[in-house]
Amino acid sequence: MTVMALQGSLELGIIYAIMALGVFISFRTLNMPDLTVDGSFVLGAAVSAMLCSQGRPLAGPLLAIIAGSLAGCVTALLHTKLKIQPLLAGILVMLGLYSVNLRVMDNRANIPLINKTTVFHLLQGTPVETYAKLIIPSAILLLVLVLLFLFLKTKLGFVLRATGDNDQMVRAVGVNTDSTILIGLALANAFVSLSGALIAQYQSFADVSMGIGMVIIGLASVIIGEVIFGTRTLLRRLVAVVLGAILYRLVIAIALELGMPPTDLKLVSALIVTLALSMSAIKEGLYSIQKRFNAMNRARGGSA
Amino acid sequence: MLKIEAVSKTFAKGSINERRALDNINLSLDKGEFVTIIGGNGAGKSTLLNCIAGVHEIDQGRIWLDNVDISFYPEYKRSRYIGRVFQDPMLGTAFDMTIEENLAMAYARGKPRGLRPGINKREIRLFRERLALLGLGLEDRMKQKVGLLSGGQRQALTLLMATITEPKLLLLDEHTAALDPSIAKKVLQLTREIVAEHQLCTIMVTHNMKAALEYGMRTIMMHEGRIILDLEGKEREAMTVERLIEQFENRSGVELDSDRLLLSQ
Repeated sequence: MTVMALQGSLELGIIYAIMALGVFISFRTLNMPDLTVDGSFVLGAAVSAMLCSQGRPLAGPLLAIIAGSLAGCVTALLHTKLKIQPLLAGILVMLGLYSVNLRVMDNRANIPLINKTTVFHLLQGTPVETYAKLIIPSAILLLVLVLLFLFLKTKLGFVLRATGDNDQMVRAVGVNTDSTILIGLALANAFVSLSGALIAQYQSFADVSMGIGMVIIGLASVIIGEVIFGTRTLLRRLVAVVLGAILYRLVIAIALELGMPPTDLKLVSALIVTLALSMSAIKEGLYSIQKRFNAMNRARGGSA
Repeated sequence: MLKIEAVSKTFAKGSINERRALDNINLSLDKGEFVTIIGGNGAGKSTLLNCIAGVHEIDQGRIWLDNVDISFYPEYKRSRYIGRVFQDPMLGTAFDMTIEENLAMAYARGKPRGLRPGINKREIRLFRERLALLGLGLEDRMKQKVGLLSGGQRQALTLLMATITEPKLLLLDEHTAALDPSIAKKVLQLTREIVAEHQLCTIMVTHNMKAALEYGMRTIMMHEGRIILDLEGKEREAMTVERLIEQFENRSGVELDSDRLLLSQ
């Protein structure tokens, strides 16, 4: 693998890590399978690309954060106020966002940003110019990571984390879980949207279908991080998500290098997550087979 | 402190499963009064507690807590004044968070949850002192996740969480039913100590007739959503489990067939 390819997947991994942190908030902290992600990622990209093409690259990611959090709020309200299952609420918003995203993109399926100034031009003229695509996302990721960690350590952050653990307990200590879910999903989708905003400017285009399977990529990053780097403390969990996202990109890059057609990417992602989610069932199955095998051997030994 | 006025609650209204869980309940508790409630399965004990706590909305009647009408307050809002311990030890705590984090969330009961640090040094000192009083060694495990604790330890911790802000009312819903007898006894003793120390207005639902007479200062028996016996003072002191069963059969008109009640004599 060339250094170029390595650096490229590292850059992508860092930007996608912000999205993975968002997925971590909904799936792990709130324990809610939020599929809004596939739509809010594109929403961020669309907002970012539109503003960038109008010569306002910095406003893009900032507005994307707001747009993403609003999308998260809608999902949360569908669930808490209208009592729609979280999974379905997310799908509904994701579907609706498809049209919204097209509207944001002026009814075009694709917004190219060729020759436009992006946030990655910020370091132009400085000695580190060639590493801008590494440095700028890293700085944003670090900021997001630190802020998220500090937030989860506040009084509000405590009850947000407890909501996913045991919502009954949260209500029993006097907190409205509808509010914690609202805040959590808004935050999660703000992260996802920010990530989409940066990706659009990074790859110089936004596409209305670029969010397909995004939630699975996020989940894969979360699970890879958990399996390899552990879940002992909160900080470790957050760092694990980031490393998981980067590792996922590296694995994909290697697979592509080895000749996997890019069109198979989604299938491979689905397989990785299926494997990760079925780990405990597979382990149990193997254990059961082993037990039966041993019992059979004993029976044979006894009769001989 | 607590006044329940003509409260009724019917589940699954209009369906074939319709069940009148509470039937015109009237009950008044003074400040610092510790009441135990007994009754067979489906008597309405837990429903009564859940209606007070706001888990279920009542169909008729009024509930007053400290002269405030809380009949239509949502559950979380009532929890600012009401501490609760559930039967299931899993329900009272967040298992993936540490002991001190759980206590910190309970300690902020009734206060706004802002962006201040979730826990501070002063609180940690306070929690350590209070945990030491439980006598379970939890004060040395404050940074451990609650998921590592046994059922009895969790119930003791939940009890501390429910009472640390000295709520106006403490609701205990068979909080020792899922525990081993020896641990159940320990948790009951802790309950008695904590309630006495803070003079808490308390309702304890139990399936254990002996415990119902032994703990608290007043015992109420429920049957089919109604209060059929209300014992206090000398009458209660003279009461035995045998006579209580007799009373139950006389007043309810049915033979006591609840195994749980009989077995736990």
